[in-house]
Amino acid sequence: MKIAVCVKEVPDAGAERRIDPGTMRLDRSGDRALNAYDLNAVEEALSLKEAAGDGEVVLISMGKEKALDSMRKALAMGADRAVLVTDEAAAGSDLVATSHVLSKVIAKEEADLVLFGQQAADSAGAVLWAAVADRLQMPVVSQISELEVAGGKITARRQTENGYDRIEAPLPAVLAVADSLNEPRYPSLKGIMAAKKKPQDVLSLADVGADAGSAGSAGSRTTVKALADPPSSGDTIMIEDEGGSSAEKILEFLVERKFV
Amino acid sequence: MSTLVFLEHHGDSIQKGALGVLTKAVSIDSDTAAVITGSGVSGLAAQAAQYGAAKVYIADDPQLEAPLPQPRVDVLSKLITEKGFDNVLFASSVLASDVAGGLSARLDAGLNWDLGDCETDGDGLLGKQAALDDSVIVDVGWTQGPKLALFRSGSFEPAESAGAGEVENVAVAIEDFSSKATLVGQDTEQAAGPSIEEADILVTGGRGLGDPSAFSLMEELASALGGAVASTRAVVDSGWYPYATQIGQTGKTVAPKLYIGAGVSGAIQHKVGMQSSQTIISINKDASAPIFEFSDLGIVGDLHEIVPKLTELVKARNA
Ligand SMILES: Cc1cc2nc3c(=O)[nH]c(=O)nc-3n(C[C@H](O)[C@H](O)[C@H](O)COP(=O)(O)OP(=O)(O)OC[C@H]3O[C@@H](n4cnc5c(N)ncnc54)[C@H](O)[C@@H]3O)c2cc1C
Ligand SMILES: Nc1ncnc2c1ncn2[C@@H]1O[C@H](COP(=O)(O)O)[C@@H](O)[C@H]1O
Repeated sequence: MKIAVCVKEVPDAGAERRIDPGTMRLDRSGDRALNAYDLNAVEEALSLKEAAGDGEVVLISMGKEKALDSMRKALAMGADRAVLVTDEAAAGSDLVATSHVLSKVIAKEEADLVLFGQQAADSAGAVLWAAVADRLQMPVVSQISELEVAGGKITARRQTENGYDRIEAPLPAVLAVADSLNEPRYPSLKGIMAAKKKPQDVLSLADVGADAGSAGSAGSRTTVKALADPPSSGDTIMIEDEGGSSAEKILEFLVERKFV
Repeated sequence: MSTLVFLEHHGDSIQKGALGVLTKAVSIDSDTAAVITGSGVSGLAAQAAQYGAAKVYIADDPQLEAPLPQPRVDVLSKLITEKGFDNVLFASSVLASDVAGGLSARLDAGLNWDLGDCETDGDGLLGKQAALDDSVIVDVGWTQGPKLALFRSGSFEPAESAGAGEVENVAVAIEDFSSKATLVGQDTEQAAGPSIEEADILVTGGRGLGDPSAFSLMEELASALGGAVASTRAVVDSGWYPYATQIGQTGKTVAPKLYIGAGVSGAIQHKVGMQSSQTIISINKDASAPIFEFSDLGIVGDLHEIVPKLTELVKARNA
């Protein structure tokens, strides 16, 4: 079974995130990491491959060339190969443009399964899979909290506003997994060493047959016009705990506000 | 300008969030229509008219019975192309997000999400997006129509205003690939005990508890404070705690006097369900957890050390 996993490099969880008022795009100059939600998709791909006894896990991303550094973490977890589309003309891609480019790469890979994380930590759209599935003309199931793959079909459980749905679909299919699906493994030292030698293809838009006019700002259909601060949510009193020492301070706070 | 609002229904009622978006649409565009997709849904048209829809498109077909997105993309893309709507608005939900995402590819149409509001700008639409975990409000636009927009849950209160509600039935033709995913079952766990929506004090446990048995820590603290226990999707999906106690976008919306979160990261989909809490205390071992951004009191530390001590202190004080 061949599994393609779409992964994205995002600002590191601890790094300050801002939109550059000059370009109106996310400032990508700070520390970067692989989108933590995508690790659940990588983990699922690896365990499906292990259960099947053979197969290939291919990481697919569109981003800056430096994104390869982040993708190596997933190679160290056990993914077989990485494909990164990077191109000046792809900068500033919105959903329409990103789905165009990714679907070109995925179509070439002819994977049985295409996995996504539940959301990108920076854009948090949680919509990209639906656009990609439409372009690939494949069934799509999102928000998966339980997954079974057997006999050429998938069975998935997902939570909606009304409880749980159980959905079946034949392969090939596009799936987005919830972060509750599994616990991503940590790369082993051996995995980290092996990652460096795994195939890592860096491709241009032309290489993947994507049309430059359909990527980047040219292919995008949304714009950012202005930035403003949200209404202040007030200040947070922060306390660093040591061995439970903060319990007294929480009690004081509760007493002050008459909860106790 | 003309606007179409996607109305999602559950059973015999249209979802409140969708009626809220319809209310907003009617207030900025008199040429606002609604579309309802499902099986046996003709009777819902009257509800749309009650909230101001001038026209109601009904796609009624057994192939639209299950709450799955792809058949809806087929129906909506044809309707939008034929009628030439400028704006297509959705109340965010698991279903609506997938429908909107699919439509954006099918129609080469821009989609803006996480909108908390919108207004007309000249003769076009301008969206107000809360981005980067609500750290910035972004004015977003579209370069061309149709303009697709997903509004965050709870953005608008529905308000009745009579609309003509002229009904037009829409022909349903489903693509082969759109019917490949099928619904094979549905379940909703029934709630036991008092609803978390009624509690003044909520003690919320997240995945940071590490283990379902650690919910006993939450239960003991809640009982000392006279509150109820709530949860996040991550722990509900893992079977640690019942769905009925889940706060958030796909769970309940709560506004207690006091919310205490332990081992909860504060993801945006959780936040939308509890941000109206009067006082928020959070305990998390990661100083960069988003929940600290909207807490009154934030404790960086291990809940397993802090929560039992706090419970003892509260009990001692009350004794
Ligand atoms: C469409 C959609 C709808 C969703 N709907 C909902 C919803 O309705 N409700 C909801 O809650 N989520 C929802 N989610 C999921 C949401 O994005 C998060 O994945 C979820 O809220 C995370 O739950 P959590 O905070 O329990 O877990 P995590 O995000 O895993 O957070 C656990 C936290 O515990 C901390 N921690 C770990 N150990 C300790 C310790 N010993 N002491 C103290 N802290 C510790 C960690 O630092 C971490 O911050 C939805 C997502 C999507 C895409
Ligand atoms: N540039 C990208 N390259 C590859 N995959 C991506 C990219 N952006 C988003 N994704 C994938 O799409 C998912 C949802 O992203 P989003 O819709 O932006 O929240 C992520 O979890 C990733 O799996």
